[in-house]
Amino acid sequence: MNTETRTTPLGVVPDQGVPDAADAAVHAVDLVKTYHPKGRGKAQPEGVRALDGLSISVEPGSVFGLLGPNGAGKSTTVKILTTLAAADSGSATVAGHDVAREPDQVRRAIGVVAQRSGADPVATGRDNLLLQGRLYGLRGVQLTRRVDELLARFDLADAAGRQVKTYSGGMLRRLDVAIGLVHRPQVLFLDEPTTGLDPEARTAMWEEIERLAGAEGLTILLTTHYLEEADKLAARLAIVDRGRVVVQGTPDELKGELRGDALAVELAATATDELPVIGALGSVDGVRDITLAGRRVAARADDGAAAVPAVLAALDRIGLGVAAVTVSRPSLDDVYLRYAGRSFSSAESTSGLEGAGR
Amino acid sequence: MSTAVVSDTWYMTQRQFMAFLRQPAYLVITLIQPVIWLFLFGALFRKVVEIPGFGSGSYLDYLVPGVIVMSAVSSNMWAGMGTLEEIERGTLNRFLITPVRRSALMNANVVMQAMTTAFQSVIIVLLGWIGGAHYPGGAAGLIVLIVASSVLGTIFGAFSNALGMLVRERESIIGINTFLLLPLTFLSSAFMATTLMPHWMQVVARFNPVNWALEAGRSAMSAHADWWSVLSHGGWLVLLAAAAVWLSMRTFRSYQKSV
Repeated sequence: MNTETRTTPLGVVPDQGVPDAADAAVHAVDLVKTYHPKGRGKAQPEGVRALDGLSISVEPGSVFGLLGPNGAGKSTTVKILTTLAAADSGSATVAGHDVAREPDQVRRAIGVVAQRSGADPVATGRDNLLLQGRLYGLRGVQLTRRVDELLARFDLADAAGRQVKTYSGGMLRRLDVAIGLVHRPQVLFLDEPTTGLDPEARTAMWEEIERLAGAEGLTILLTTHYLEEADKLAARLAIVDRGRVVVQGTPDELKGELRGDALAVELAATATDELPVIGALGSVDGVRDITLAGRRVAARADDGAAAVPAVLAALDRIGLGVAAVTVSRPSLDDVYLRYAGRSFSSAESTSGLEGAGR
Repeated sequence: MSTAVVSDTWYMTQRQFMAFLRQPAYLVITLIQPVIWLFLFGALFRKVVEIPGFGSGSYLDYLVPGVIVMSAVSSNMWAGMGTLEEIERGTLNRFLITPVRRSALMNANVVMQAMTTAFQSVIIVLLGWIGGAHYPGGAAGLIVLIVASSVLGTIFGAFSNALGMLVRERESIIGINTFLLLPLTFLSSAFMATTLMPHWMQVVARFNPVNWALEAGRSAMSAHADWWSVLSHGGWLVLLAAAAVWLSMRTFRSYQKSV
C-alpha cells in the first residue's frame, strides 16, 4: 500500500530513504488509537481519535523526527512504540520485534526519555541510574562503571549524590537521557526532549543529541513541536497532523517541495504605482507570486540567488532604487502550512487531543 | 522467571524504603500521630474502665491495640496518593517501559506497607510499655497484634491504590478517607468494649475488618489467649487482604489500558 500518495494529495515526496519492514529500526503501519475519556458530560461519546492510520519507517542509525503541534498524536505514537500503550489496530516493530507480541524484547532494545521526567525526585541522581540499570539486569562492577561513565558524560558527576528534586531543568533532562541510555539501547525515543528548557539548556541538549546520533549506531526517534529543532536534528522527518503522517522526507526534500526561495526586496522609496513593479519583476525568468506592500516586495523564485541580479536590473530600468534584498529557503513552517492546510501556530491553539492521552 | 520477580520486587521495595527514610518529616509525623492518639484518648477515656462490664484493669492496656490498628488504617489509606503522584510524575510509566515484572511493582507496595505498619506498631507497643501498659499475652500476643495490623494495613493500602488508579483524583481519596476513618474505628472495639455498644453497633462491628484485626490481636494478647478467635478473625483478614491486592492488580492493568 502506498501511504504517501494517499496522505499527500499535493504531491509525492521522493522517498528513497524509506527502509523495508525487515531492515527498519522502527516500522509502524496504520496505527490507530482512540481514547475514551472518562467523566460525565463529555461531548465525544465515540472517543478521541489520537492516531488515525499513522505509518512511519526509521532507518537504523539515523535520527528521525516526528514533527507536529501538540495533540497531533506524537506522544501516543511513542507510547505505542515503547509498549506502554496498545494500538487499537495496525502493527509496529521496533528493533525487529513486534511491540504487541514481544513487548519484553522491545523493552530491552529501547531507551525512552518521556515528556515528563520519570526520575524519582527523592532519590539521588546516582540511585536513579543504579535502579534503572538493575531493572535491565545489570549488576556489580559492570553497573557502577556504566553509571559513573554516564554521570561523567552528562556532566552530572558533581550532582550525583544530590536528590533529583534539587536539579535544574537542564540537569534533570540530562539525567533523563542518561537513564534512557543505561542499558545501551539500540533505539532511543526522545519525546519532546527540549520542551520547557531555557534557550541555553536547549542548545546544550541539541548538541548532546547530535553527539548521540553520531555514536554507537544508535537510532533516535525524536518528537518535537519545534520546527527549528526538527530541521536541525532530524535526518528524515514526518509531519504529523490529526493522528496521521501528512508528508515525510528529509528536511531539504520537504522544503524543496515548495519549489523556490522566498525573495524579499525593500525599495528605497515607496512605489507610487504597483503595476510597473509587478511587470518588471514578472519579466525575470522564474520569478512569480509577486506582491507589493508599501516599500516591500515579496516574490518566489526557483533559484533566489541567481534571480537577484536580474531583479535589481529590472527595478533599475523602471527607475526604482533598492535598499535591501534577502533570499531565504522556505521554512518547515511553510511546509507545514502547505501539507496540513493550516499554519503551525493555529494548529497548536485549536488542538486538544494530547490531553486525552494522559 | 520467578527469581526476576523476587529481585525486581527487592529493588522496587528498596527504592520505596529509601524514599521513606529520605523524608524524615513524613517519618516523624507517622510516629507522632499515634503518640498523640495514645495519650489524648488515654487521658480522655481513662475512667471508662470503671463502667461495669468493661472488663479491663487499665485503659492504657486496652487502648494500645486500638491505637495500633487505627494507625495502621490511617497511614495506609493514603497509599493511593503516592501512587497518584507516581502516575502524574511519569515515574510509573518509566518503570512500565522497562522489563521490570509488573507484579514486582505491586509487590513492592504491599511489602512496603506491611513493613512500615509493622514498624509503626512496634513503636506504639514500646511507647505504651513506657507509659505503663501491660501485655499479659507476652511476645506471642504482641506478634499476632502486629501481624494483624500489618495485614489490615495491606488491605487499606491496596484499596487506596486501586482507588487512586481508578479515579485519579486526590479529592476522592481525601473525601473517602476522612469519611471512613472515624466510623470504622468507632464501630470497632478500638476504644470501647463491644459488649457496651448498642446492639446495632455490635452487629456492624462484626463485619468491620478493623474489628477483625482488633479481635485477633486482643484474643492473642489476653492472659488466656483464645486461639480460635485469632485464627478465625485472622483468616478473614488474610482473605480480604488477598482480595484487595487482587483488585489493585486488576486496576493496575486497567490503568495500563488507559495510558
